[in-house]
Amino acid sequence: MTAAQRADGARRRAASGTDREWGTRDLSVRFGKRTALDHVTLRAAPGQIGAVVGGDGAGKSTLLGCLAGAVAASQGEVQRPPAARVGYLPSGSGVYPDLTVAENLAFRASVYGVSSAVAGQRVTGLLERTGLASARQRLAGQLSGGMRKKLGVVAAMVHEPELLVLDEPTTGVDPVSRADVWWLIIIAASEGAAVIVSTSYLDEAERTASVLVLSHGRQLAAGTPAEIMAGVPGALRAIRGRPQEDEQPRAWLRAGQWRVWDPPGACAPGPARGGAGRDGGSVIQPDLDDAVTVAELGSELRPADRVEGAGPGLAGGAR
Amino acid sequence: MLGMIVKEFRQLRRDRRTLALMIVMPAVLLIVLGYAASFDVSSISAVVSGPQAATAAAALHPPFHAVDVAPGQDAAWAHSQLRDGKAVAAFVTGARPQVLVDGSQLFAARAAVTALSSLGHSGGAGASASAPLAGAAPQILFNPELKTSYIMIPGLAGLVLVFIGTIITALGVVRERETGTLEQLAVMPIRPRDVFLGKVVPYFVVAAVDLGIVLTIGVSVFGVPFNGSVAVYALGALLFLFATLGTGVVISSVSQNQGQATQLALMTVLPQVLLSGLIFPLGSIAVGVRWISYVFPLTYFTEISRGVMLRDEPISGLWLPFACLAGIGFAMLVLATLRFRAYLQPAEGHKRRRAPAPEEATALAGAGERK
Repeated sequence: MTAAQRADGARRRAASGTDREWGTRDLSVRFGKRTALDHVTLRAAPGQIGAVVGGDGAGKSTLLGCLAGAVAASQGEVQRPPAARVGYLPSGSGVYPDLTVAENLAFRASVYGVSSAVAGQRVTGLLERTGLASARQRLAGQLSGGMRKKLGVVAAMVHEPELLVLDEPTTGVDPVSRADVWWLIIIAASEGAAVIVSTSYLDEAERTASVLVLSHGRQLAAGTPAEIMAGVPGALRAIRGRPQEDEQPRAWLRAGQWRVWDPPGACAPGPARGGAGRDGGSVIQPDLDDAVTVAELGSELRPADRVEGAGPGLAGGAR
Repeated sequence: MLGMIVKEFRQLRRDRRTLALMIVMPAVLLIVLGYAASFDVSSISAVVSGPQAATAAAALHPPFHAVDVAPGQDAAWAHSQLRDGKAVAAFVTGARPQVLVDGSQLFAARAAVTALSSLGHSGGAGASASAPLAGAAPQILFNPELKTSYIMIPGLAGLVLVFIGTIITALGVVRERETGTLEQLAVMPIRPRDVFLGKVVPYFVVAAVDLGIVLTIGVSVFGVPFNGSVAVYALGALLFLFATLGTGVVISSVSQNQGQATQLALMTVLPQVLLSGLIFPLGSIAVGVRWISYVFPLTYFTEISRGVMLRDEPISGLWLPFACLAGIGFAMLVLATLRFRAYLQPAEGHKRRRAPAPEEATALAGAGERK
């Protein structure tokens, strides 16, 4: 994949007049009585990578499935290009385990109407860069999990989609393969595609242009990583000892050190609050990991726990 | 160990299909088989023709009973009646009396031969020596040696198609769901109809090849005659395949994994094998259970297969099984397509899939999708 080819792809998109934003607006999805998504708005801008983060059951896969067209919306709007211009990697690899790498890509190209010559030219570079070139004739089912994910991403990109939706493309993938997957994602964005990636790795999300934080189907925060970090309400402290009992619902362990979130209105930490063997800790600047944790804590804590009240909450919960 | 037992019971309780297979199926099979599993033929339908038809018909003794008495008809008519499956035996009166028996209905034919023999002469149909049929030896048509293979192989051809059509197709489609690729197909620019056909056509071809192999072996190795029209047979097989492939797709659409699909497919295949007339004669199945036979496509295909292969039965004589097969095939195909469409068009509220240009983007009512 050369810079010229990428520029060519971006030019084609611009020429077709389809450099427009995709996404969802006030999207709700219900499965029976269960609400999987509740008024979620997501933007996907051409040439940019957006991340959807959240814990298990947050609604990430539902949101991405809805954006790609695999899941029906119950309410709200979904804006996406026609199916022929959407690339989608479901939470699995989305490839046929009993077809070879080459056969999987040939099938995908044929479905999207890409000639074998064009598809071959396009995927050769991608496969070589991601270490899949030597596995062309291997069955996808015989590939490692990481290689299968990479194949899934390459397959989703074969037709140069305008909107590329990747559901946890790096989950269960080794660090080297993660780097390969991100190289593919960046290539797609540089070609002008609007890329939406769901991930559990917040260090990955921190490198994207925009982040949407989901929890239990609700949108907790959205914006650039910097905006989300700057928007953390109250203060964040790093303390050496264990948090006090009333702080425990708002505390979590990270890299061997406790962090305590003091919501706006909470009593300022100080010596008066410190017990034996503890101090009030030092106020730190939250990174995206902290910001997401605070967002989730803020949504989970009972009103009484948000300030002075004590309660079971997340006592002792290591994060 | 107790923990293991409790765990198994809990899993079993939630796996309702396996539970149904283990508890309900034996009971159902026992009841059905109890009424269906009979080779005994107590009533043999007969037509009587020729100038003394009325006299001969009046002289008939059980198990024979006349379904048509035609004094104005001759031996050719009687032959055609047997060919078209209207009766098992035909009694032709006149200068050259004849007793004809349809050997393609094996058990009924055997019962007929036995009954004729027990009536004291080789050609009497229960008539006395002075009766119009005196001296007529029974002549067995279509399967003169009353070979079992002659009736089993045409039926087995249908069974092969059921296995491929229902079980293999169900597994092939549900595999897409298991690997997550059906979700991928749902967002691809392919119409559900094309996905459906793309999935089904290969199985159709394989089933057709298998059918050819079964028939070739049946004819060349087992010496089963193929007396009828290949085109009529092929049309019957085509309609039958629609029904079985459609059933397979419907089963796959309500199964989450290959285990469930196999269970469900077996639940539909096993009763077909037992109640289609493939093994037990339809006439021997109790009336209360026999109606189930007429729900299954294999019943009609077996009738068509035996009729065409053994009796050279034209399509005009087989219009009823053809019509029933076409009805079942159409219904299953429509159901299968709707189920497929429901799965593959989640984002469009089951509306017809198309690829609108971006400028066509408008908010959809209800789901409020914009494309």
